[in-house]
Amino acid sequence: MSDKVKVTIDGITVEVEPGTSILNAARQIGGDIVPPAMCYYSKLEGSGGKCRTCLVKVSKGSEKDPRPMPKLVASCRTGVMDGMEVQNITSPEVIEARKGVVEILLINHPLDCPVCDQAGECHLQDLSYEHGVADTRYEFDRRTFEKIDIGDKIQLHMTRCILCYRCVYVADQITDNRVHGILGRGDASEISTYIEKAIENDFSGNVIDVCPVGALTDKTFRFKNRVWFTKPVDAHRDCPKCKGKVTLWYKGEEVLRVTGRKDQYGEVEDFICNTCRFDTKNTSDWVIEGPRHISHTSVISSNHYEMTLLPVIKENPILIEANKIEFDRATKV
Amino acid sequence: MARKLLLENINVPGIHTFDVYRQHGGYRSVEKALKTMTPDAVVEEVKTSGLRGRGGAGFPTGMKWSFLAKPEGIERYLVCNADESEPGTFKDRYLMTHIPHLLIEGMIVSSFALGAKTSYIYVRGEMMPQIRILERAIAEAKNAGFLGKNILGSGYDLELYVQPGGGAYICGEETALIESLEGKRGNPRIKPPFPAISGVWACPTVVNNVETIAAVVPIINDGGEEYSKVGNGRSTGTKLISASGNLNKPGVYEIELGLPVEEFIYSEEYCGGIANGKRLKAVVAGGSSVPILPANLILKTINGQPRLMSYESLSDGGFQTGSMLGSGGFIAFDEDQCIVRNTWNFARFYHHESCGQCSPCREGTGWMEKVLHNLENGHGKMSDIDLLVDVSKKIEGNTICPLGDAAAWPVASAIRHFRDEFEWHITNSKTAMEQNYGLAKYADPLPKLEEAIQN
Ligand SMILES: Cc1cc2nc3c(=O)[nH]c(=O)nc-3n(C[C@H](O)[C@H](O)[C@H](O)COP(=O)(O)O)c2cc1C
Ligand code: SF4
Ligand code: SF4
Ligand code: FES
Repeated sequence: MSDKVKVTIDGITVEVEPGTSILNAARQIGGDIVPPAMCYYSKLEGSGGKCRTCLVKVSKGSEKDPRPMPKLVASCRTGVMDGMEVQNITSPEVIEARKGVVEILLINHPLDCPVCDQAGECHLQDLSYEHGVADTRYEFDRRTFEKIDIGDKIQLHMTRCILCYRCVYVADQITDNRVHGILGRGDASEISTYIEKAIENDFSGNVIDVCPVGALTDKTFRFKNRVWFTKPVDAHRDCPKCKGKVTLWYKGEEVLRVTGRKDQYGEVEDFICNTCRFDTKNTSDWVIEGPRHISHTSVISSNHYEMTLLPVIKENPILIEANKIEFDRATKV
Repeated sequence: MARKLLLENINVPGIHTFDVYRQHGGYRSVEKALKTMTPDAVVEEVKTSGLRGRGGAGFPTGMKWSFLAKPEGIERYLVCNADESEPGTFKDRYLMTHIPHLLIEGMIVSSFALGAKTSYIYVRGEMMPQIRILERAIAEAKNAGFLGKNILGSGYDLELYVQPGGGAYICGEETALIESLEGKRGNPRIKPPFPAISGVWACPTVVNNVETIAAVVPIINDGGEEYSKVGNGRSTGTKLISASGNLNKPGVYEIELGLPVEEFIYSEEYCGGIANGKRLKAVVAGGSSVPILPANLILKTINGQPRLMSYESLSDGGFQTGSMLGSGGFIAFDEDQCIVRNTWNFARFYHHESCGQCSPCREGTGWMEKVLHNLENGHGKMSDIDLLVDVSKKIEGNTICPLGDAAAWPVASAIRHFRDEFEWHITNSKTAMEQNYGLAKYADPLPKLEEAIQN
């Protein structure tokens, strides 16, 4: 189509529909140049803009107005313009800022990964291994909260929350009868037990799937197990409430938990209902489709933690080619 | 005496009432605009005047008005930002308390110019007396036919409402204000879209500061051309300055933009010098968010020119050696004041007021406050100073709204200009608990340009 606009990200050009965000344009290219997103969730309207991990540099605004944007922008909430040029991992400024955001997200995070249910599929964990700073420079007590059960199936461990607001949008948009989810202000903000209201709703369990960290977890996750010891299998069933397309997580013969089917960006294909998630945990409830392919970057698939070297560009022939000049300059030094 | 455009009649007894205000020429601009001008002509007049927003950013008001989208059949709104909560700024409250009809008059003319049929004055929740004053003034104006249906027989209808806020600083940020006005949590919106396209109830909206709207009155009365002759260069007109701190005569002053800072501080017409015969150490010239400057740099620019109270002159030298006019909250510090303590105090404020939506501001403001608290209380380390600069850089420019910058700048500038005082707090932590660092070299003649840039 001729209406499409051209945008170049880290030297790679792609044509996208007008109105596409930089982040989604990058996802169309795929690979290492996709900015990490902790708060944006394509299926939740209004999400994004908050965590600031997806910051990128717009080095050329558009064909019409080539001026660069003065500040780094949140790629999830910035639309592309025709002729726009964006730098993500090829910009030291972006890498530095992202490192800063990760450090800041971690200063109040408990780093209790060894006992956290999310370990292995936590986006903050992935991010901190990629961009992590070895030592924390934060010398103060971390913020803590009591764990609370919101209903009998979901547990909220606010201490781990990064206030991405995704669960608030789920409760707002997927369930009905909900007003607000954040109480307090600044670093005293918390997801409040208002959420309990949404518990009555058939779709409340989706807050677990959208939570990028281990703040909202499935209390029915049987025999609490490290995810990398479990085997994900896609399955479906005839469900009157949702599409019934899920991932079953097996340990041996046992279904430990049921989740939506997540793509490489941690987003579910479809939101699932609470019956599918919590109440149908026998293989006989399901038609099995086959093993779920888990994206290679995740620690679930590698079964161990690996550091990605930065800048990532060094290991990627396509990126090296696309950024030849910058690369040569960088490697000379 | 310098020319007064806003506060000329402030001392007339009873000026807060409609009758006295009217007897002194009040509401003339409404008659002139509604009876003899088109809305576009009013906008043009404001453009000609060169008026710039008085809420902090200094954006040209006429230009902002002309950006307002005007789709057929969709309401437009004017919202007056009376949330004034920037530490050091209290001019809007003064104006609303003593001469409320000036604001109402400005609101009518401005709403007419923008084609708004409903307008709001969003007042900070703590200002209960001012809310009552404004409501009373609105009732009086309505009674006299200046509000409501078919104003002065012109066919123009306008309803004006006062909306109390909940008392959060962040609700002064225009999109947070709009959220709050709509009855939601006051989180700033992610822009674009800007309010001019999608503001209150997703309709095109203009948000203007109290003083900006009040300034429309003299602009329409005397003409934009006349207004633009007052002031200095691109800083036209007069500005209300909230003067506080160690001054002989703190208070709200209307100055002609371009007044030398030195004259403002030391002349009898204005602040009358530093209180108790002390010497000036530092000034925060535009409300707590703007960079703090040592005495030598506030009185003169780095090129040795006298520093003027204008948008351009105060920002001369960029952040290396300059500051900003901001909202006009002028805070003077004498030689007995501790810059570290003040920086901690400001950091505490921003930490408390961050809405918490975006991570750098939510977590970074608290971090800076804690480090500064340590420094102030004798538990600092040398590495803390660079840590503060680093954290402030992580916040600055990386957030949804400018509160992040507003929190970063005071810290970064205090360290830029007063680093030796911070170091002294660390090396002499015991002494620092008992006495102050004093004036040191902060009022000395300015260093050479190159040396200053190096720091
Ligand atoms: C954190 C924050 C607080 C603000 N508080 C106020 C305020 O109290 N009053 C105000 O007029 N503008 C305030 N502003 C500026 C407004 O966002 C907006 O720029 C202003 O109301 C526009 O009016 P003006 O063009 O007439 O200056 C604030 C901005 C920020 C980022
Ligand atoms: S609980 Fe999870 S999904 Fe909800 S805001 Fe916190 S981190 Fe985000
Ligand atoms: S910068 Fe601070 S106040 Fe502004 S949106 Fe972000 S967290 Fe809220
Ligand atoms: S994903 Fe863009 S700001 Fe969080």
